[in-house]
Amino acid sequence: MMQKILFGNLTWQAIPFNNPIIMGAAVFMVAIILLIIGALFYFKQWKTLWTEWLTTVDHKKIGLMYIILAFVMLVRGLIDAAMMRLQQAIAVGDSMGYLPPEHYDQIFTAHGVIMIFFMAMPFMFGLINIVLPLQIGARDVAFPFLNSLSFWLAVVGAVLLNISLVIGDFAATGWLAYPPLSELAYSPGVGVDYYIMALQISGIGTLLSGINFVVTILKMRCPGMTLMKMPVFVWTSLCSMILVILAFPVLTVTLALLCFDRYFGMHFFTADAGGNAMMYINLIWIWGHPEVYILILPAFGIYSEVVATFSKKYLFGYATMVWATACITLLAFSVWLHHFFTMGAGANVNAFFGIATMVISVPTGVKVFNWLFTMYRGRITFTTPMLWTMGFISTFAIGGMTGVLMAVPAIDYQVHNSLFLIAHFHNAIIGGVLFGYLAGLTYWFPKVFGFKLNETLGRYAFWSWIIGFYVAFLPVYLLGMMGMTRRLSHYDAATGWHPFLVVAAIGVLIICGGVLFQVAQLLVSIKNRASYRDVTGDPWDGRTLEWSIASPAPFYNFAITPHVNSRDAFWQAKQEGSHQSETKPQYEDIHMPKNTGVGFIIAVFSGIFGFAAVWHIVWLSIVGLAGAIITVIVRSFNMEVDYYLKADDVERMERERQSMITQMATKAACCGSVATQPQILNTQNI
Amino acid sequence: MTQAATHADHSDDTDIFGFWIYILSDCILFASLFAVFAVLQSNVYGGPGIKELSNLSYVLIETMVLLASSFTYGLSILSVYKNAKYRVLFYLGLTFLLGASFVGMEINEFTHLFLEGHTWQSSAALSSFFALVGTHGLHVSIGLLWMLLLMAQLITFGMTPVISRRLTYLGLFWAFLDIIWIFVFTIVYLMGSI
Amino acid sequence: MANHVEQSGGKKTLKSYLIGLALSLILTLLAFALVQKHLLTTANLYITLGLLAIAQFYVQSVCFLRINSSKEGQWHLLPYLFSIVIIAILAGGTMWIMYNLNYYMFN
Repeated sequence: MMQKILFGNLTWQAIPFNNPIIMGAAVFMVAIILLIIGALFYFKQWKTLWTEWLTTVDHKKIGLMYIILAFVMLVRGLIDAAMMRLQQAIAVGDSMGYLPPEHYDQIFTAHGVIMIFFMAMPFMFGLINIVLPLQIGARDVAFPFLNSLSFWLAVVGAVLLNISLVIGDFAATGWLAYPPLSELAYSPGVGVDYYIMALQISGIGTLLSGINFVVTILKMRCPGMTLMKMPVFVWTSLCSMILVILAFPVLTVTLALLCFDRYFGMHFFTADAGGNAMMYINLIWIWGHPEVYILILPAFGIYSEVVATFSKKYLFGYATMVWATACITLLAFSVWLHHFFTMGAGANVNAFFGIATMVISVPTGVKVFNWLFTMYRGRITFTTPMLWTMGFISTFAIGGMTGVLMAVPAIDYQVHNSLFLIAHFHNAIIGGVLFGYLAGLTYWFPKVFGFKLNETLGRYAFWSWIIGFYVAFLPVYLLGMMGMTRRLSHYDAATGWHPFLVVAAIGVLIICGGVLFQVAQLLVSIKNRASYRDVTGDPWDGRTLEWSIASPAPFYNFAITPHVNSRDAFWQAKQEGSHQSETKPQYEDIHMPKNTGVGFIIAVFSGIFGFAAVWHIVWLSIVGLAGAIITVIVRSFNMEVDYYLKADDVERMERERQSMITQMATKAACCGSVATQPQILNTQNI
Repeated sequence: MTQAATHADHSDDTDIFGFWIYILSDCILFASLFAVFAVLQSNVYGGPGIKELSNLSYVLIETMVLLASSFTYGLSILSVYKNAKYRVLFYLGLTFLLGASFVGMEINEFTHLFLEGHTWQSSAALSSFFALVGTHGLHVSIGLLWMLLLMAQLITFGMTPVISRRLTYLGLFWAFLDIIWIFVFTIVYLMGSI
Repeated sequence: MANHVEQSGGKKTLKSYLIGLALSLILTLLAFALVQKHLLTTANLYITLGLLAIAQFYVQSVCFLRINSSKEGQWHLLPYLFSIVIIAILAGGTMWIMYNLNYYMFN
């Protein structure tokens, strides 16, 4: 019929008009979108949106957009978490709560997928994008166009996931969609298809970013910056991106095979015709374990930068830090079975992977000690980034310890898939990954925007987060040991779990308070930005190259490529007094890439393909696929993709900026609220 | 030396390295498919195995064709060094014909299997066979499309540094596909026929 | 000069392509002959085929991909070797695990 050809399986039934929660969420999302569109019309910013943001290939802008994506998805993921906690706090005994199981299952699945793929990964890529080229003295990443494409593919993945809330369902299988449940026989709806498309599309972007950053780090460091002189954040980003390149193809294959099972009736992981569901679990964790190291390594790098800067010392044990990171990178591929100790392997296999898991905690321990030794006898300032770091050290240590506990297969048999596991990984991810990225956010915010964030609200946010975290998750550890399994939407009163779950729910509320403080911090800082302005480009008395240029950085980053000859090159230059030279700089032409909308357009076509594939709308998926391919081909015939910024223009822009800075500094000096020397600011006005 | 030339030299090295890293990620992709094949190849669900379904002489011819195409592509790269545009086009054309023959033979093989009722839905073993060999064939097909585009671009733009670089990428890609094929014919066809 | 795309130090020559072609041909024909004419026992056949494949892999890497250990060539060689190590761990680990699971869960 015409209907089937035109719309595939898509009908009006796909929208759950009778579900008030989903309809409420839909109205909310639509309202925000309309608000944004309205604002764009009102302030006449459509052209700017296109020329400055949708077509940008500037790593700093792309990084900022990644972080905005991450923050929006953090809010959505937190709402999912709050909904789950609320359900578990009230669904005891006779009460079934307010969420039917099918809906609850989608919520915990979406929560996991969002937090890992659309919050943590974008946040990480955002920070690396902004900071990495600046730290190595480069003008941009190796492949700026691919950088833009990667970002927009991530956005499309997130959009597909959010569309699934309203049109159709999301997967109800857990964030890793184990078969046979995720196979067509047991998940006949569109949920798992949305899951597959969202992850495959954003996964391509991730792989491209991995290649981009590895090449950038290995090939685009400024003269004199040998590998052992790179900032540790660069080292950890390098190793994390190497893990991306090696692990993500496995995810791509695994999800593709699941897709083939569902779409073409193949039998890789089905329960019949010779399929082997354990093969999926094996493959998905071959990806899944490196994934968590992909997330944590850049956070470790951020901690190294923050600790050194705010202890005013060289990082203790730079070489051992590098070796520890390299060991973690290699060992990350040798532990994956610990995610399925209980699923049938014999003692030999379990023992091998258990020991390997315990071994991998050693290099992390080395790092923790190095941070502590850096702080020892340092002149410490307790800025917000430093608070996040110190919060991390204690929190992550606990999370790591519980991980080593579960590395013993015999213990894991007791606590696998209980709330003990859930508490462990939230401990490690929130305490390790998220705290690290938030430290990085508050640390590098001045570099991106030219003014600092309000410290007091930052403190309130930190304390809310860390207190909220412990209130939310210490009960969860106890629940795990009391035998509560994960993903329960209802339980008996006789279990005695109820009070703990109420406490956990309160913890989530406190965390939400932390997020509100962060939003407030942002708004207040923007409102008072004149008094928080940093004109020196170096608000923290930093040590690495990104602090040697203005804030915000000019689009070409460095007017003159720096030459370095030591670690913490900028710090070294400040000690020697050579960072402010009197001689007139020799400017040269700068090679820059042109903005292009091609990345955005390819991503849009991919999104069309993804949506059409979910609903089996054949003609539309062909349009999407062909559109993406043709756009790539057309782009390849375009030979005018770059330009040269003339030396004279560079000189003029530098002079203009210098005079603007002097003006701002004079104005601020006479209002007496901003330091104009490149020394660290003391407690600032609130 | 002008800024443009120094940038181009530096950029070549960086770009080719980037493409090489992509190739390595593709190796991991194929390794995963091989692992799946290795585990599932004996799950024939009562149906025939590779031994009954494949014709080794046919596969030998496919292998020779692909190997020859690798060689002819090498000849085209040598012509790139000599800046001999028409020789490059000739050898690319030759490579394309050989590559297309390979794909044609593979499509023929798959079609016959399907028509005889041995589809990718028949069993896990056949699913993994079609996925592995099919993914390789898909890569070769994409390479062929790319080859046509590069020939068109060579005609349109001449032997510019950008085009030379792209021909190098395709060369890496094409050689890598032949290497993957070594493992395909060994593990899938030869070991499957023991 | 601008058209001379040297691939990380390994200068491509006609000689290397001819050697690569010849050796690959020999190794391929040998492998096919061994199987089609059943010239070895099963176990030995698996091992020999494996070795022949690895040999041809090496030949094609050196002759066609121009992998070499010169200073520029190391940029390609080292990631290549590292990937091979990781693939060995993943493939080997998978085989071990899946075999083990099969033994304990289906016997």
